[in-house]
Amino acid sequence: MNQPPLAQRILLAKVGLDGHDRGIKVVARGLRDAGFHVIYSGLWQSIDAVVQAAADEDVDWLGVSILNGAHMTLVPALLESLRQRELSQIGVIVGGIIPPADQAKLIELGVRGCFGPGTPLPSIVEFCNS
Amino acid sequence: MNFVAAESPAFRTSLSGVPIKPLYGPADLADFSAQAEIGRPGQFPYTRGIHESMYCGRLWTIRQFAGFGRPRDTNRRFRFLLDQGQTGLSTAFDLPTLMGLDSDDPRSVGEVGRLGVAVDTIDDILALFDGVDLQKVSVSMTINAPAIVVMAFYLAAARQRGCDWRQLRGTIQNDILKEFHAQNEFVFPPEPSVRLVVDLIAFCTRYVPQWNPVSISGYHIREAGSTAQQELAFTLADGQHYVQKCLERGLSIDAFAPRLSFFFNAHNDLFEEVAKYRAARALWAEMIRDDYGAKSEASWKLRFHAQTAGCSLQAAQPEVNVVRVAYQAMAAVLGGCQSLHTNSMDETFALPSEQAVTLALRTQQVLAHETGVTNTVDPLGGSYFVESFTHKMKQDADACFRAIADQGGMIAAVENGYFRRQIADAAFEYQTAVDRSEKLVVGVNAFQQPDRDPIAVMEIDPATEPGQIGTLRAVKQNRSGADVTRSLDALRHAAEHRDNVMSSLLQAADDRATVQECVDALADVYGRFRPSAAW
Repeated sequence: MNQPPLAQRILLAKVGLDGHDRGIKVVARGLRDAGFHVIYSGLWQSIDAVVQAAADEDVDWLGVSILNGAHMTLVPALLESLRQRELSQIGVIVGGIIPPADQAKLIELGVRGCFGPGTPLPSIVEFCNS
Repeated sequence: MNFVAAESPAFRTSLSGVPIKPLYGPADLADFSAQAEIGRPGQFPYTRGIHESMYCGRLWTIRQFAGFGRPRDTNRRFRFLLDQGQTGLSTAFDLPTLMGLDSDDPRSVGEVGRLGVAVDTIDDILALFDGVDLQKVSVSMTINAPAIVVMAFYLAAARQRGCDWRQLRGTIQNDILKEFHAQNEFVFPPEPSVRLVVDLIAFCTRYVPQWNPVSISGYHIREAGSTAQQELAFTLADGQHYVQKCLERGLSIDAFAPRLSFFFNAHNDLFEEVAKYRAARALWAEMIRDDYGAKSEASWKLRFHAQTAGCSLQAAQPEVNVVRVAYQAMAAVLGGCQSLHTNSMDETFALPSEQAVTLALRTQQVLAHETGVTNTVDPLGGSYFVESFTHKMKQDADACFRAIADQGGMIAAVENGYFRRQIADAAFEYQTAVDRSEKLVVGVNAFQQPDRDPIAVMEIDPATEPGQIGTLRAVKQNRSGADVTRSLDALRHAAEHRDNVMSSLLQAADDRATVQECVDALADVYGRFRPSAAW
């Protein structure tokens, strides 16, 4: 008998101090309903804690939500930490309030996708499945 | 994809999902006493507004929320807004300050001055309001967990400048309960957090009598995804909890109730929002008069600030946000707000640029001076639809109050995650309705356009963080370490003995203790709250 395909694993994380978690919790439910194995970190995570959790949970994707304007500090540090721990195969996606120019810079640095306000859930699911 | 408005389900329910009939008439007002529930403006239960003459007598306060960078950067924005015709100030603090952290704490890296202004010591408050006549301009400060610390800094700064505290007018948000429901900027556990709220209410009632020591806020509850009905009910339930705790402290209802203020969201569905504000006034008046026995009419009147819905702004076709904001602002004004903030069209990308905030300010000025909505009091009063929707709002809120009571009351419902679950469920339901195109959002799931050139957005000077840290280190070097230690010990002592912590915080402010030092001293006694990661 064929085994069902393994669900993709995604860690969703809030890094930094901002407590805006409406979006990430909605995305968590949407991805779960689409068949993903979702782990949500809760608020106020340090980069070290997130990278450790991504390694421990053996995830395919790491989604960080940032609405505090600190994305150009926190996301490059996160990518660098993943690189140092040889975890660059984990696809990083970012959501939140991020100006278009910064989105382009983050993609250049290695972020796979940036999702701003108004992004429909199905397009995030489709992105992670493709 | 083409949409025909009449066939869209979005036009058959309110934004929050309340069924709406195609026509309302006298029969819709039959099952309640219209005279008692609607009444007259300026009279109990204030459904039609708290003033007899409303905007015919005085316009609402135009109060744009502003804050970024270092105190002098925000001071410049304040002066710019006052020059452009704004009539009150409203201060946004950065996340480290909101979380009770100093700019040099490792957890603050990357966030100093980003989402608001960085404040570490009394010197920052002095710089923030430099050149602003605090006895003339009313000042709002949006801060919660460390509210009492920042208020102590503000009052100590005002005293240093020779201001009479009895002349100070303004508002500090100081609403910790909604942080546990929605906004997530809490530090201490719920019970001692509420104790600090009451400390500040008690202090201001006695010494700063024109100040609003709490702004009971539904805004963030709605932004976190609640319905209008939940926003209304949870906010009033929070207010009720503060009232009970103030009474337990021995304050008399008529001493503090007139200074309780409210803060609501102004969302897209114009009539639902108007009904929400009208119901809020009537429910609060009935609660304060009938349940708590307030004798003074000033105690019965619910006064509120409104802000247009940040979460309704879209990154797609951002110019359209100007239109959303204008309609939302009109809802707030038709609903009888006392002050109003209009969001800027670029806030889905960053803090507002000077150009965008000017347009948002002008939106209020056009509303006030060109549209005629201020010519008569409560122009929607008596509408079959508006009055029956207001009545329905009150009934829905009563059902919410009963549900909170069933959870074991406010603190139990906070601790068991009831509010967070309710709000997260509503947020998910809304998003999936949008994804299924059951609710249309212009530019997002209807009437899309290909991306055009991005609009210009404001950038925070990268020198902000090192500059602010440099200032803080200089303050720490020049102050007396012994004085700071003594005032922080006194603060811990007051907290341990359940004395009002305000007087020791005023001394700590004068001694140039930092926000974080004061918050840490309180946390030594109260402990810290860790939220669950449930979703």
